[in-house]
Amino acid sequence: MERKSPVFTVFVYVCALLLAVVILAPLAWLFVMSISPAADLAAKPLRWWPQAADFSRYAQLLSRAENSAGAAFTSSLRNSLEVAGMATLAAILLAVPAGWAVSRTPSVGWSLSLVIATYMLPPVALSVPLYMGLSYLGLLNTVFGLALIYLTILAPFTTWLMKSGFDSIPREIEAAAMIDGAGLLQTWRIITLPLAAPVVATSALFAVLLAWDEFFYALLFTSDQRAKTLTVAIADLAGGRVSDYGLIATAGVLAALPPVLIGLVMQRALISGLTSGGVKG
Amino acid sequence: MSGTWITARAWLLMLPLLAIMVAVIGWPLVDTVRLSFTDAQLVGTAGNYVGFDNYTKMLTSSNFTRTLITTTWFAAISVAAEMVLGVLAALLLNQEFRGRAVLRGLMILPWALPTVVNATLWRLIYNPEYGALNAALTQLHLIDDYRSWLGEPGTALAALIVADCWKNFPLVALIALAALQAVPRDITAAALVDGAGPFNRFRFVILPYLAGPLMVALVLRTIEAFKVFDIIWVMTRGGPANSTRSLSILVYQEAFSFQRAGSGASLALIVTLLVTVLAVAYAALVKKTAGSAA
Amino acid sequence: MLKSIGKTLLGAVFVGGLFVPNAFAETTLNALFMAQAAYSEADVRSMTEAFTKANPDIKVNLEFVPYEGLHDKTVLAQGSGGGYDVVLFDVIWPAEYATNKVLVDVSSKITDDMKKGVLPGAWTTVQYDGKYYGMPWILDTKYLFYNKEILEKAGIKAPPKTWEELGQQAKIIQDKGLLKTPIAWSWSQAEAAVCDYTTLVSAYGGDFLKDGKPDFQNGGGLSALKYMVDSYKSGLTNPNSKEFLEEDVRKVFENGDAAFALNWTYMYNMANDPKDSKVAGKVGVVPAPGVAGTSEVSAVNGSMGLGITAVSKHQDEAWKYIEFMTSQATQNQYAKLSLPIWASSYDNPAVTKGQEELIAAAKLGLAAMYPRPTTPKYQQLSTALQQAIQESLLGQTTPEDALKIAAENSGL
Repeated sequence: MERKSPVFTVFVYVCALLLAVVILAPLAWLFVMSISPAADLAAKPLRWWPQAADFSRYAQLLSRAENSAGAAFTSSLRNSLEVAGMATLAAILLAVPAGWAVSRTPSVGWSLSLVIATYMLPPVALSVPLYMGLSYLGLLNTVFGLALIYLTILAPFTTWLMKSGFDSIPREIEAAAMIDGAGLLQTWRIITLPLAAPVVATSALFAVLLAWDEFFYALLFTSDQRAKTLTVAIADLAGGRVSDYGLIATAGVLAALPPVLIGLVMQRALISGLTSGGVKG
Repeated sequence: MSGTWITARAWLLMLPLLAIMVAVIGWPLVDTVRLSFTDAQLVGTAGNYVGFDNYTKMLTSSNFTRTLITTTWFAAISVAAEMVLGVLAALLLNQEFRGRAVLRGLMILPWALPTVVNATLWRLIYNPEYGALNAALTQLHLIDDYRSWLGEPGTALAALIVADCWKNFPLVALIALAALQAVPRDITAAALVDGAGPFNRFRFVILPYLAGPLMVALVLRTIEAFKVFDIIWVMTRGGPANSTRSLSILVYQEAFSFQRAGSGASLALIVTLLVTVLAVAYAALVKKTAGSAA
Repeated sequence: MLKSIGKTLLGAVFVGGLFVPNAFAETTLNALFMAQAAYSEADVRSMTEAFTKANPDIKVNLEFVPYEGLHDKTVLAQGSGGGYDVVLFDVIWPAEYATNKVLVDVSSKITDDMKKGVLPGAWTTVQYDGKYYGMPWILDTKYLFYNKEILEKAGIKAPPKTWEELGQQAKIIQDKGLLKTPIAWSWSQAEAAVCDYTTLVSAYGGDFLKDGKPDFQNGGGLSALKYMVDSYKSGLTNPNSKEFLEEDVRKVFENGDAAFALNWTYMYNMANDPKDSKVAGKVGVVPAPGVAGTSEVSAVNGSMGLGITAVSKHQDEAWKYIEFMTSQATQNQYAKLSLPIWASSYDNPAVTKGQEELIAAAKLGLAAMYPRPTTPKYQQLSTALQQAIQESLLGQTTPEDALKIAAENSGL
């Protein structure tokens, strides 16, 4: 092992501190804005810490009084949850059998490569027919329609993760169960799926994060509280009539909480999911 | 069980996925191709066949060239910066120091932050009158006067790139870190014994381990950066004077704001073709590095 | 077990899908408004509440988007069966909406009383090709707001009557060190910039179109842009104006960081509200100035109307709602952020009280309202103009060249 000189140790700590500041400062500022009185945020010189923390905006955005700004926000929160939930469920249901099939039968693998290659497609290349198609089916401005469209992003990705997950489960275990007379579904139930559970969970979390983050399709295919998701609601809020930057920041904090919590809690699983995909290509 | 049956079963299991993919990707793509040869409007007229008119019109417009250059700059610089910063951060996080686990945990935060929230946050930070960046730089006496970061063509794209990098370099760092941890200790130790300096150790011992994962990250980030829409839409909408307009935003304008579905579709396909060429070139590169790294 | 889970999940997906087309016994209208100038969101909500109280069988869902998203949202929602019933539309869109059949022709629903009672200028907002596509709702133009305190400190007796004088007064304020950059505009790459430009075009007596062909690159149209560029280069205009929308202008003015600002009606009472504004009680308003020898005042027609979409299945209820929202009673009650479309309201003390200065400015400004061009290709024309304005401000091209290119790219 290399012996570290004191200078090097100091250098490491300085860099670590710098990195921490770079990561945290913008996030901390988002939170500070959300609890600062409006006047503080328009002050020159800027006040970096509020004299009195003001959490009223959280109550305002989370209130459910009919036809209020809060109702608009909470409905978009609900829509985001519904869309992400539905799309994730569907993506996993598609990904598990497909991922397993490719993992165990490499000769069909080219079709998955084709599916994954669609990742290159910019959403704008699909948006016009999707818009017309949803319109034809009466699915514009519905959470169901949006969830369906999100499969374009979620399904290839989850299938890819599932496939690499199944790859790491030895075939011999499955083969042994089959020899004992278990059918395919039984083998899955007893052997494969319990072993693949962590991968399923990781894929689902990724899918939720992707759906939660999506903006372009939501902007095009939703128009009001019945289906509008959080990302669009925040963009609307930021572009509309708000004299109070704190309110925009509050909406941002609330929208960021679920994915950030998922990220922090599930860190290890997410990183291993990313890197296993990354290493294997 | 016969091989045919296994293959057939595999196809059967793939069927739901493939059917959905054909419905939400295959068909729309084919229809986009059809639309691109018509003068269809988004709402109303179905449009007539116009041959390659849309393509020639789009490819020869100055808007397209300019936007292509803007997008390329955005993608090239932000991805390059993300790679460099990501690897540097990973090398740092691979050192032993107190608080390393916490710092590594923090890295996931920017990545988890929704893109739109990130864009909104940075727009507030860059606010020319009341933004935190102006305030901080003035209070530190680095600038004399508040500036219009998103209002000047000289700084707007750079400001967007910074916001994009901040969100995405931690991901590269985490991927690179995982790869670094796979480098066997005895190899670095052996290199040290051989008298290799820090740079040579990085170049010849560590980099081969990083190359594969980094290449994949590079490909994915480049494709994403080339398709960029959200962050620009929220922060500048393409302004000032169209200096930050990306290809995706140009397509949106054409197809949805001006409702020219036909020429919008042709533009979208041109973008798709560019991304594909890029991806194929990269894929070849990945194969090469993977081969040489092994 | 997997099977049953699978079934439950599938079931959940489909039930989720079925939830969407909600079946209401009563009629539900979906209305699209903007979250920007004019009536506030709170105003629109309480007006609507009054309507639903009077019509318990009708429910109204309100949707607010930024002005920048209003046009695209309206057009995109056309494809959805359950789209909007009532939409707010800007004066520049009826041509396009009529051509593409976004709005229904409501000419037969306009009564004689309406025709007589509503100001003639307001009607131009909703007309295209001799037909009516809705009711005017917001009668608005850009006024010149000034900070009385700053002008007083600078020893300026009266606000400017001409654009030239505006520059001179701003110079005095700057020289006395009261403000670094006294004038604030909304010159972001957006429709807002075109509104400021149009105000100046009207001052300089320019024309957007002549015989259907662009003419803004000549005469008054060119002088207007040159004025903007000069004001920007002279340092009298806040350089951040080039990324401002109306809300940013308001924020800067309310914070006491601008002596002059061009903005819509709504800023008057908002800037006079001490809860939000540091300049409450010091807000002055006059019509936008003129140009010596050409015009006394200048103004852009920034009015907006409410219309029924062609896809609405409840057109009668929608019209009922529009009638209520545009009625004189409703408009008089909420006359603080947007002035009524009804002529007689301007002599009604309930409306004028506490905002006599604004009413006085409105009488001159509204009469001088200058239209932006009426064409189905307006969006494209406007996009070209926005680019020309920004490129000239940034010094990338001369106003002459920029407008010439805009004329070529205008699609006309």
